[in-house]
Amino acid sequence: MNTWRDKVIYTILVGSASTSIFIVLLIFFFLGKEALPFINDPGFSGLFNLRWIPVSFNKEIFGLIPLITGSVLVTLLATILMIPFGVLGAIYIAEIATGRERSFLKPFIEILAGIPSVVIGFFGLVVLSPIIKDIFGLSTGLTAITGAILLALMAVPTVITVSEDAIQSVPGAYREASLALGANRLQTIFRIIVPAALPGIIAAIMLGMGRVIGETMAVLMVTGNAAKITFNPFDSVRTMTATIAAEMGEVAFGSHHYQALFWVGIFLLIMTFFINLIAQQVLKKYQMR
Amino acid sequence: MVKVPKIKLLIENVNFFYNDKQALFDINMSIPDRQVTALIGPSGCGKSTFLRMFNRMNDIILGTRHTGKITMDGLDIYDSKTDVVKLRRDVGMVFQKSNPFPKSIYDNITYGPEIHGQKNKSYLEDIVEHSLKGAALWDEVEDRLHDNAMGLSGGQQQRLCIARALAVEPKVILMDEPASALDPKSTARIEELIGELRKKYTIIIVTHNMQQASRVSDHTAFFYEGALIEFGKTHQIFTNPEKQKTEDYITGRFG
Repeated sequence: MNTWRDKVIYTILVGSASTSIFIVLLIFFFLGKEALPFINDPGFSGLFNLRWIPVSFNKEIFGLIPLITGSVLVTLLATILMIPFGVLGAIYIAEIATGRERSFLKPFIEILAGIPSVVIGFFGLVVLSPIIKDIFGLSTGLTAITGAILLALMAVPTVITVSEDAIQSVPGAYREASLALGANRLQTIFRIIVPAALPGIIAAIMLGMGRVIGETMAVLMVTGNAAKITFNPFDSVRTMTATIAAEMGEVAFGSHHYQALFWVGIFLLIMTFFINLIAQQVLKKYQMR
Repeated sequence: MVKVPKIKLLIENVNFFYNDKQALFDINMSIPDRQVTALIGPSGCGKSTFLRMFNRMNDIILGTRHTGKITMDGLDIYDSKTDVVKLRRDVGMVFQKSNPFPKSIYDNITYGPEIHGQKNKSYLEDIVEHSLKGAALWDEVEDRLHDNAMGLSGGQQQRLCIARALAVEPKVILMDEPASALDPKSTARIEELIGELRKKYTIIIVTHNMQQASRVSDHTAFFYEGALIEFGKTHQIFTNPEKQKTEDYITGRFG
């Protein structure tokens, strides 16, 4: 009787746990299935063209390079922005803030983490992009840097939370030893505690990057969506995610364009997979210590 | 004429509180220069709290306060004009659990001098060699100074912590049960080292180990429930204590 109930509960638990594996495999399968015909017909090398012109009267071109550089540019800019805010914020919360300040700050960070990306995108479109346009005297405020600022905003809570955990798990004995040698608080923080927490902080940044590169709505709304190869932060760019989101709804089912969009998805998946893998490895190494 | 040792630290009417709880009651004693003073007593008797007053490590604990006066070479260490950084340079500390930084052996030693502004590389190299020799660790690590300190054995780590404390050229070294986590052989090495260090430094050591106190110290102070019960020459405390409580403790009747 008891064993019968155990078995049912066990089955339900195993089933729920393996659903995610099943779904991941399914996604891989369908991505592959829809994308693969492209290798034969227009040809795989077409994906490495330097232009993305999916709709054209003479020749459609499906080069992913401008989309990849667009994503990379926005991700790198966002990372550069989120590191100081995220890491310094975490240092402040973990090491310097009083209990009262901490209980005041943390809810705001959690709220920031919970704001839907479309709302952040809307804020970017209405508030941030005109400011960027005016400050830098641009013809449009819809640029890579605008998107990067929004993405950094969205990733900072992750970076803060994970970095803070890393900093707080540094043994108090290091702190005491440093202070006992006559170091002041800041010397102790920056020369002992942060280096000791560095692997965790790096993992936090990687997790933040993973979030940034996969984010769609905000970048779709504010980066201007011009598919060109550029490394100028004040140019409009088109990211991989925005391309899929914007074009998938209007594409002819089974067309070359349709297949190319699946390739964009595959490349995106590979990139996020590696970023997460590195983050996990760093984190694992850190916890082993 | 009997040579009277110079007084390094003078403690006058010291009380100490954790919030409302009083941990030390009216302590008066004088710690002689370049000798080893052992603080003994059962757990929770306030000896570690007392030790941590000399380098003001209790300052970092919220809700602590004290009354009374501690002077080192005549200067009040709790005076508002006292530079805590300078004080902690002069009064080094070795903790119960060895706590080297997760850095190389070399960087562990140079950390102290560097935060105090020493940048000269050859000078730092000298400090590293000198400190490690002073802590009797040089011979074991001289060919792997740039290895991570975490790879050392427990006893080596503790000697590294002593070397790290020596590197900032202190006058007083506080030791909070420095050998309690070590095996007998490593403990013997630390005790030997204390015997060497007493020639140059004033050492105050907290220990649970009565034999250790009798082996390494010149003077012994017995604490009980936050009060200093008896303070005198180690030999006298262990052979002919004046107070009944002291005798009960050192003969193992309680504690």
